[in-house]
Amino acid sequence: MASTQAFKDRNFIGVIGDEDTVTGMLLAGIGHVRESDKERNFMVVDGKTSDEAIEKVFDDFTAGRKDLAIVLINQHIAERIRYKVDTFVEAFPAILEIPSKDHPYDPEMDSVLKRVRRLFGE
Amino acid sequence: MSGAGNREQVFPTRMSLTGMKIKLKGATTGHSLLKRKSEALTKRFREITRRIDEAKRKMGKVMQVAAFSLAEVNYATGENIGYQIQEAAKSARFRVRARQENVSGVYLPQFEAYEEESNDFQLTGLGRGGQQIQKAKDVYSRAVETLVDLASLQTAFIILDEVIKVTNRRVNAIEHVIIPRTENTIKYIMSELDELDREEFYRLKKVQDKKQKDAAAADLERETDAALRAEAELAESKLVDEPGQLISEKDEDVIF
Repeated sequence: MASTQAFKDRNFIGVIGDEDTVTGMLLAGIGHVRESDKERNFMVVDGKTSDEAIEKVFDDFTAGRKDLAIVLINQHIAERIRYKVDTFVEAFPAILEIPSKDHPYDPEMDSVLKRVRRLFGE
Repeated sequence: MSGAGNREQVFPTRMSLTGMKIKLKGATTGHSLLKRKSEALTKRFREITRRIDEAKRKMGKVMQVAAFSLAEVNYATGENIGYQIQEAAKSARFRVRARQENVSGVYLPQFEAYEEESNDFQLTGLGRGGQQIQKAKDVYSRAVETLVDLASLQTAFIILDEVIKVTNRRVNAIEHVIIPRTENTIKYIMSELDELDREEFYRLKKVQDKKQKDAAAADLERETDAALRAEAELAESKLVDEPGQLISEKDEDVIF
């Protein structure tokens, strides 16, 4: 199957989040700067970041880069580009919506849990 | 007849009937196998969805603890270390690799976290709050491990979802298209063959009938013929008899 191949070189975890989330994740040691083009695997979103910029990075992380296995995204940021997150159905990279400090986790909004619920007809 | 519309284009012969019967058998076997596969996958799928639900809730708690430890770091260092850390990040210490797991012929990836020897933040918190930073590192590492588990489940969920859809589509196609079609074709061939049989029987009967009639006619002709001839012979013998008597009277006495 197409979606099960080519994940051997996916080693990194990407993050799109607010400053605190990104800092925390970097402390855990997932930050990586690619040597060839100095491309980072994390993005800090603040109040001034435009939706277009988030979309661009999201596209880059999900479609452009082939070395990310998981992309973490803050739920309130995912909410800003919800249609993109919802239409992304590939298996790789796995998109995980994570809570941030200021926005507690709401399972109602998670695109995967939405699919789970739709499947079980709740 | 419904068989006329939905059947395969075959010549109604015994050979294609055998072929169709084999095909029907194969379709039935395939159907039951696929159905079983789909059931196995669905079982797995339900288990995974349940675990995703659990893991998502757990993640909420873990991230809360992690955020709190980061707040401690900020308080202890007295400054925002975010920028410093973003600049210091060079090479990932925490990486993942994928293993494959086979569930009824479907390969599900399983992410596994492993640590690379590298430490980007040796100087971070050197002045103040080193202990808090160490703690935050540990807490966040654990949080990321939870996230990696969750990511495996989620990827498995997406792949299984897709595979189950494909399998169910196949099951339905066999059940509702291929099997009825083949059955219709078999019915059609059977009826066609029966029709041929009946035709053949009628034809033979007709031939026999004709033959019998012919034979009867021939018999009759022969009989009348024979009767006529007998009569003629009789008449002839009468004619012959009279002079014969004359000869036979003198027969014994004549001496040559």
